[in-house]
Amino acid sequence: MSRLGPPVVLTGHPGVGEVAEGEALVSTDGFSARYDLDRTTGRISRASHPLFGRSIAGKVLICPVAKGGFATSWALHDLRARGLAPAALIFGWANPVMVQGAVLAGLPLMDQLVPDPVAAVATGDWVRVDPKAGRVEVWRRSPAAT
Amino acid sequence: MRLTAEDEAILAGRRGEPARHALERQLAVGAFFGAERMVPVASAHLTGDPESMGEAGLAYVEDLARRGARFVVPTTTNARNVDFECYRELGQPEAVAAAERRLRDLVVGMGAVPLDSCINYQAGCTPRFGEHLAWGDTGTVIFANAVAGARSNFEGGPASYWAALTGRVPAYGMHLPERRRGTHLVEVREQPRCVSDWGALGVLVGRRLTHYWLVPVFTGLTVEPSADALKHLGATLASYGSLAMFHVVGVTPEARTVEEAFGGAAPRERIVVEPGDLERTYRSFTPERSEVDVVVFGTPHLSLFELRELAERLRGRRVHPRTRLFLTTNAQVRALAQRAGYAEVIEAAGGRILAGPCYYIMTPRLLAELHGFRTIVTDSAKLANIIPASGYTPVFRPTAECVEAAVRGRLEW
Repeated sequence: MSRLGPPVVLTGHPGVGEVAEGEALVSTDGFSARYDLDRTTGRISRASHPLFGRSIAGKVLICPVAKGGFATSWALHDLRARGLAPAALIFGWANPVMVQGAVLAGLPLMDQLVPDPVAAVATGDWVRVDPKAGRVEVWRRSPAAT
Repeated sequence: MRLTAEDEAILAGRRGEPARHALERQLAVGAFFGAERMVPVASAHLTGDPESMGEAGLAYVEDLARRGARFVVPTTTNARNVDFECYRELGQPEAVAAAERRLRDLVVGMGAVPLDSCINYQAGCTPRFGEHLAWGDTGTVIFANAVAGARSNFEGGPASYWAALTGRVPAYGMHLPERRRGTHLVEVREQPRCVSDWGALGVLVGRRLTHYWLVPVFTGLTVEPSADALKHLGATLASYGSLAMFHVVGVTPEARTVEEAFGGAAPRERIVVEPGDLERTYRSFTPERSEVDVVVFGTPHLSLFELRELAERLRGRRVHPRTRLFLTTNAQVRALAQRAGYAEVIEAAGGRILAGPCYYIMTPRLLAELHGFRTIVTDSAKLANIIPASGYTPVFRPTAECVEAAVRGRLEW
């Protein structure tokens, strides 16, 4: 993956978890780890979801809102145990169950970044999250790299 | 975050390794949401069933138990994957029941009461105005916050265990008065006529307000809502919108007036519910065909009054041979329904009352494959929202029409 040139930088309050990087997977819809995901494959399983059929394993998942109830907080831990966890999670607005789940699973999670990551990042871009610094760096996917 | 001497003692491991482990994770969550302190809680309601926890989650709880974990506040359990008395006749696997027994033994060993219910607030755990709670099930949280004026965030599966182990939670979100105030005004111009109409109202608003930090304020309601009506309104708002709080002006305790509900601030937006909107909400769930495979009541669990109403509607009638009828509740309500004779009437009609499980965690995909279930009819807007993930086509209708669908085996449109 190309990391040439200066990154686009997004900033916000400190998140949870450690530094991580991966390819962006950007959704215009929210994400529930229970109702939108097949935990045995790591793929988005709700047919009406814009990422239907895509795997979140190893990706930096970017969504406008975190959804779901208590099961979401167990699901990330279960995904990690199966080797299917995302590299990091970025939301416009996170909710408690998603953050609790990320802490249990040891996954990085950030929210309320500026500029809005759903608009500023495209699927396939390379993303490095530094939760403690409240900083996300994005390298555009070069058109030739696809 | 400012820590008390007791917080420090827990962090230093003086209250055991599980409590230290738990507080460390709670502090990480608290820091994320800008909490300035931890606050003691009156009780914890554990959420986690083997199906949603997975093998990894079960192993996590087992590990806590092995390290000597003890719950330090009154702690209860949420709905389960099985009714231990009925799972075999439904065709649920032994492995699912075995995992539930394993989990039950673990949490009871740590000090939990096996309540097995998603209506703890109607089953001995009455929330009190102003008290801090660590409840997990989203429907229990929104009821405690909105109806009782107690204070809880969604303490999801692991977080509910952490709170039970430390007796405290990070003070952010619904623990703070400023986060509980209204953000959106909902003007209701059509009065709900039955419990499921309150669910329909929740669908209308929960589809518009879709994140945790939004708080609707309902005005214009002239009918007095029962506890069951507020239960359905809350559970639906939590399910569709991920909301943890609402106000009904003149009904809920932090909303004696519109001004009080908004804390003096102006609403960000106004939502109007026009006559006909509730009916249109029901109609937004369209069946693929008119044959009904399964009718389900009890998401959240049925109260004794709801069970009595269903018994009255089913008296002397018979569920259609091609249709199954399930009613889910907790062991207390079922025992009372048996004593009062409601259970006999329902079972004579062909309905099955299950104690402990809730349909959407009752291995629904497996039941669908086993029994050929596809079209599900329910008066629960919450169940209609979440059951499609298990391969069902949901039809949300008022209670009386759901009973008719069970008896006729088909939907009348």
